Amino acid sequence: MAETALEKDRDLRLEEMVLNMGPQHPSTHGVLRLVLHLDGELIVSVDPQLGYLHRGFEKLAENRTYMQFFSMLSRLDYLAGFFMEWAYVRAIEDLMEIEPPPRAEYLRVIAGELNRIISHHMAIGDYLLNLGAVTPVLWTFRDREDVLDLLELLTGQRMMYNFARVGGVRYDLPDGFEEQCRKFLKRFPAMIDEYEQLITGNEIFLARSLGMGVISPEQALDFGLSGPNLRASGVPVDLRRHNPYSVYPELDFDIPTGLNGDSFDRYKCRIEELRQSVRIIGQALDALPGGPVNMRIPPMLRPPAGESFAAVETGRGEWSNYLVSDGSLRPYRLKLRDSCFVAISTLPKILPGNKMADVVGITGSLDLIMGSVDR
Amino acid sequence: MSWNLSFFEHLIAAVVIAVAVPALSAIVFPFAIRRISGFMSDRLGPNRVGPAGLLQPMADFLKLMLKEDITPNRSDRFLFMLAPIIAFITPVLAVSVIPFSKGFTIANLNVGLVYVVAFGSFTVLGILLAGWASHNKYSLLGGLRSVAQMVSYEVPMILNIIIIAMLVGSLSLNNVVGAQGRVWFIAVQPLAFVVFIIAGMAELNRTPFDLPEAESELVGGYMTEYGGMRWGFFYGLIEWGNAAIWSLTGATLFLGGWRGPFAGSPGWLILKVLVLVFVVIWFFSTFPRLQIDQLMNFAWKVLIPLSLVNLGVTGLLIILLPNSFLPPVAAFSWVSTIALIFLFQPVLRKSLIRKRMRRAAA
Repeated sequence: MAETALEKDRDLRLEEMVLNMGPQHPSTHGVLRLVLHLDGELIVSVDPQLGYLHRGFEKLAENRTYMQFFSMLSRLDYLAGFFMEWAYVRAIEDLMEIEPPPRAEYLRVIAGELNRIISHHMAIGDYLLNLGAVTPVLWTFRDREDVLDLLELLTGQRMMYNFARVGGVRYDLPDGFEEQCRKFLKRFPAMIDEYEQLITGNEIFLARSLGMGVISPEQALDFGLSGPNLRASGVPVDLRRHNPYSVYPELDFDIPTGLNGDSFDRYKCRIEELRQSVRIIGQALDALPGGPVNMRIPPMLRPPAGESFAAVETGRGEWSNYLVSDGSLRPYRLKLRDSCFVAISTLPKILPGNKMADVVGITGSLDLIMGSVDR
Repeated sequence: MSWNLSFFEHLIAAVVIAVAVPALSAIVFPFAIRRISGFMSDRLGPNRVGPAGLLQPMADFLKLMLKEDITPNRSDRFLFMLAPIIAFITPVLAVSVIPFSKGFTIANLNVGLVYVVAFGSFTVLGILLAGWASHNKYSLLGGLRSVAQMVSYEVPMILNIIIIAMLVGSLSLNNVVGAQGRVWFIAVQPLAFVVFIIAGMAELNRTPFDLPEAESELVGGYMTEYGGMRWGFFYGLIEWGNAAIWSLTGATLFLGGWRGPFAGSPGWLILKVLVLVFVVIWFFSTFPRLQIDQLMNFAWKVLIPLSLVNLGVTGLLIILLPNSFLPPVAAFSWVSTIALIFLFQPVLRKSLIRKRMRRAAA
């Protein structure tokens, strides 16, 4: 008997397509490689492969003096390098039991919040670029340039600041910084409104972000997410508030949280945090005390033997380092921990079941930076 | 052409126009999109080569011509080379039935609309071939996406062209322009115009329907493996050539073709084409990209039912009021367009929020 059409159909093999996305891909934020198993456009499984940017930071730290390693720190999360420096000097200050002067703490807060703004600029712009919108990224870069000018004025650098010092910061405020910064703070909220007008209510954006990549609060805590990704799931944990450091307890700011933990909430959290950063910088400028910005410390640091842990809230979540000193010129061990690594570990859980286009959409909404993932 | 040309003169003029339209659009439109979207996103755009950057397209063209011609090792060489050529058929052939001014058409076909639509579908063949022959997974995904998308959006596009053909009572583009002497069809059938614009964006693979070449997902989509002038063929001549054909068709169907104040001339047609291309660029600067399932849903669940209703009601009105059907058709179309504009957003939002709740609960 001749084969029926149905019998023929059985020979029609359907197979999953394995797509190797990255490390060279326009929107994998550096060198993230995702091995995708696709059923047509549907994602069956995701396998993130890391290590393309591994530079051995932790080992390098053991072979350099404390200050020699310092300039490498901002190469970790290169979009917001000051946070790494901040956490590192805090760990050393804890070991040496010194307290930086208050003016230095305020300057650190200002530099840190400026860094948070540029970090979120990049996050929002890139996320929307991943969704195919070209204009927002250029608008955020336009305003990011203003912040970079401020940071250049303050630290002398646009990216690798090298600004924090054990026992303070490197420079005092330069002439004209305060004026320029206040001008920016006055102008910036209108710019944030502009981003929101352009994209937040857009139906296509809503269709691409509402209910996409949902992370429940329990899941978020189980994974160990932090930063805007955690707060978007409705867990209002912010180290600045819940494990206060520096002068944050003296400053008044809100912690924006989401409800659903989807891409939209993560985007919205970042937008709100931009507004909060503006508030914080304004208050820090108002309350800026006089006095020195650093203290006399020996040129060759020799923290006493012991161990210390310091964490700061960066734009992407909790950045922490654990420092073990044996009393010599070099750290005995420096363990760095970042939040993007954790965020990547959620991908195999939240991506399957979505469409191929959401790989870049959801990954973008998590705001990954490979420099700090592959240390 | 009615200028008493000999056959050969006619032939030469036809070839020149048919090649000049896509070629010119490949030069003008990419430059326009770069400058205009640059303006919209608060930057300068290319402004170094020549006065105000006007020679930039020439510089790009020269660069593309001088680049090495690379064929990927495991590609299907013949199809790889054939694909851009096949896709190029559309803009070259479709231009020949467009009336540029009174009595100035390369070929005054009495089935001009059918002809434009038929050759409009050729591009999809070239894109599918390109996606398949490249031997690249991104290209394949891009090619498949573009077939799904272009075939789906072809349907509402044709349904709306049928509406215009019914209003005119003829398939000849000359008659379409002739029928718009008193009022342009955009005023009679705004709903059809809106659907035509949306479906056109999808046909042209432009934002927000630029999935086949979604840069952030598929690298270059079906063009990933193409380089040098082959890529230039796809990007310049085919994409923007098709944009020219689409806007020429749109201007002819809805905006009165070459008609305009004072005297009708090709100048008015070109102006209308530029306006429509500006809309394309405006969309490009404003919208993110849809997802493939949302894209298909939008075509089959929104645009096609809408077009069918519009088609049915228009046809009914034409049958019921054979002598004065324009005012009631216009009234119906305007009311439904306004209803669409004001109802679409709340309905979509509601459904999205419901979906979000479901997902969050799961």
